[in-house]
Amino acid sequence: MASYETHEYDVLVVGAGGAGLRAAIESSAMGAKTALICKSLLGKAHTVMAEGGIAAAMGNVWPEDNWQVHFRDTMRGGKMLNNWRMAQLHAQEAPDRVLELERWGALFDRTKDGRILQRDFGGHRYARLAHVGDRTGLEMIRTLQQHAVHQGMDVFMECAISRLLKDGDRIAGAVGYRRETGEILVFKAKAVVLATGGIGKAWKINSNSWEYTGDGHSLAYWAGADLIDMECVQFHPTGMVWPPSVRGILVTEGVRGDGGTLRNSENKRFMFDYIPEFFKTETAETEEEADRWYDDKANNRRTPDLLPRDEVARAINSEVKAGRGSPHGGVFLDIANRRPADYIKRRLPSMYHQFLKLADVDITKVPMEVGPTCHYVMGGIRVDADTAASTVSGLYAAGECAGGMHGANRLGGNSLSDLLVFGRRAGIGAAEYAFGLISVPTLNEADADAVVSEMMGHFEREGEENPYTVQTDLQETMHELVGIIRTQSELEQAQVKLAELKERASRTGVEGNRHYNPGWHLAMDLRSLLTVAEATFRAALLRQESRGGHTREDFPAPDPEWGRVNVAVRQADDGSMQIQKEPLPQMPDDLRKLLEEN
Amino acid sequence: MSVFRGDPRGGQFVTYEVDAEEGQVVLDVVHTIQATQANDLAVRWNCKAGKCGSCSAEVNGMPRLMCMTRMNTFETGETITIAPLKTFPIIKDLVTDVSFNYEVAKDIPAFKPRPPEADGTYRMMQVDIDRGQEFRKCIECFLCQNVCHVIRDHPDNKPDFYGPRFFVRLAELEMHPLDTVDRTELIRNAGGIGYCNITKCCTEVCPEDIHITDNAIIPLKERVADRYYDPFRWIFGKLSRK
Repeated sequence: MASYETHEYDVLVVGAGGAGLRAAIESSAMGAKTALICKSLLGKAHTVMAEGGIAAAMGNVWPEDNWQVHFRDTMRGGKMLNNWRMAQLHAQEAPDRVLELERWGALFDRTKDGRILQRDFGGHRYARLAHVGDRTGLEMIRTLQQHAVHQGMDVFMECAISRLLKDGDRIAGAVGYRRETGEILVFKAKAVVLATGGIGKAWKINSNSWEYTGDGHSLAYWAGADLIDMECVQFHPTGMVWPPSVRGILVTEGVRGDGGTLRNSENKRFMFDYIPEFFKTETAETEEEADRWYDDKANNRRTPDLLPRDEVARAINSEVKAGRGSPHGGVFLDIANRRPADYIKRRLPSMYHQFLKLADVDITKVPMEVGPTCHYVMGGIRVDADTAASTVSGLYAAGECAGGMHGANRLGGNSLSDLLVFGRRAGIGAAEYAFGLISVPTLNEADADAVVSEMMGHFEREGEENPYTVQTDLQETMHELVGIIRTQSELEQAQVKLAELKERASRTGVEGNRHYNPGWHLAMDLRSLLTVAEATFRAALLRQESRGGHTREDFPAPDPEWGRVNVAVRQADDGSMQIQKEPLPQMPDDLRKLLEEN
Repeated sequence: MSVFRGDPRGGQFVTYEVDAEEGQVVLDVVHTIQATQANDLAVRWNCKAGKCGSCSAEVNGMPRLMCMTRMNTFETGETITIAPLKTFPIIKDLVTDVSFNYEVAKDIPAFKPRPPEADGTYRMMQVDIDRGQEFRKCIECFLCQNVCHVIRDHPDNKPDFYGPRFFVRLAELEMHPLDTVDRTELIRNAGGIGYCNITKCCTEVCPEDIHITDNAIIPLKERVADRYYDPFRWIFGKLSRK
């Protein structure tokens, strides 16, 4: 192993979006020697694309708001599949995390009396999202980045991790590579925090960047950790649909939060036809009540345009299938006829810019065309709520790659707050673990060599399968067979197709050399993409009900029995994927009461 | 499309024939080439929506984000030339070494707020942060750094000059209602703001339409001038030191 570039750290943080940065800041501040690994340049992680805001019950706009209401909204939005303790900690700590960003230099939009302004979003009872126009993610990542570079951590830009290494049942480090040079990197680490984000690049129409290949999910799974809720994938209801090259790019929920409405080709506000029983008591029944709600939340109920994302995505899907879609296969999202042009430009500058530049559409004059796009995975690495510890000693996870917080469906705005709350907790958890170790784990050289020889294998097969073609075929398969609406026969077809793709991926060859070679990088990422794709369809096949981000055509209703279990995924000793039902953590009675109150 | 292929040892433009589809941007075409004709073509990108600032390149000589450059802005059949940013050392193909910018970022002392109100939070009026928010729209695409003559034509100036991106950052900190750190000496000396001769090239290429020269650089120059070159202040300083 002598020839590899080797580093030693107390805490290795993989991923430099909101969760990874926040974790690294915390562990550095605690005195742990910390490294932060990012696949792209620092500050370019997918967090930068978050638009709407950070959900936190600060009560700046509606003093009635508090953590209990936020907790209730989160649990109900997640169709009660959430880890209750995570939802509780998240609702309690989010306000402090937002104020902390302000102390680190963030400039949020203000209320008239100079406090942080909060906006309406789907599934939240009160206007709750701290925001900066519609570029909140940029503000958050820049603030964290600018704070982090003064904390003494080492940042490894454009590096990726291929495998975690263990000493017995404990984490001992990781093997990866520098994308620029293709050189191998070996990290000896006492603890590892995974904060790698999502898996959206396994689907054809998605709002995700190239980085979202399920790396953290797979690294944890291969290291023996449990994944949960992998069947729960969020299709954001509003992605761009035209022109084809921008299909899937996100249109913020803030458009509806700020007054935009969804309409079909008959100009009907169709969401009133899709209010589920579960949300009837809190949703407006008439357009008049819905419109009044924006200004008077005490006496009116929320517009169905702002039902949780799973409901809205399914409704749009049904309208398009019924032949009431827009010319390019979406529906209309109209804010032009609802709010003045200067209000739209001030509140939604990126949306205005994005549609004008990429689609020749002026959203202050005409409605947008939108449709569902694969956006977020609720499922992820099973963690302890308080410490973010996974089921493997020394392995921690936070942000999108961790599971449990959002249950079967995530509310908009709850992601950025999740990153901050559990990023910080993962940093603390990992640093404390590293400090508390009595014996330092040792890294087995042969393990590292084996990973490296697998990475290099792609160069020995030049001209066989093209990694880009395999990825495109995987995306088609997941889109067609494991999309918004699933059914047993299609999931079984997916099983056959994925087995073929797995075999093809094992034969991918790459041209060129190790020097900044995206074809090689993709060939390596295919392994994790295929792993998360398999976990998703297997979990989806097992859960015979519809709940949140998992809809089965053959089992269209939620089933109370299934509402009591998570689907857990783990690797068996023979390397096969094991899927099983496991009971949800039991919620204490005082919290259960909060959910029953209206 | 003619794309630069090469590394620090050298390279050349290679022409690829690609059919453009409706609505495509330059980055789409580069991706098509990568997926079908040159798997190892190096290019940076993330969001494909003008929000992350990764895919900067020189398109027909103009510094631009490839994801926001529509193909229909060119003539049908026209050869489009894509080159890496000139100001930064090449790594491979369209990818350059922008580490200079990350070094400068580390050099700038962190934000340090004044104590909060009694309730532990801060009050700031929207009107007082509008300008700061304009600066914070910056997506760090480094196109302004790329076109700035001070470093584009004279790489030797790099150790003495932060560049427009970081004058925007410094202006943001200087105008932040809560910040307490004095960075005027840094702006003058390490930042080298005196090198800037206000040609506004940076402002012209900013994809976020930040008024870099008018709103950031000129006010910083004024601050430096007030502190170091104001004759009354200079005399007052001399007298009061005695």
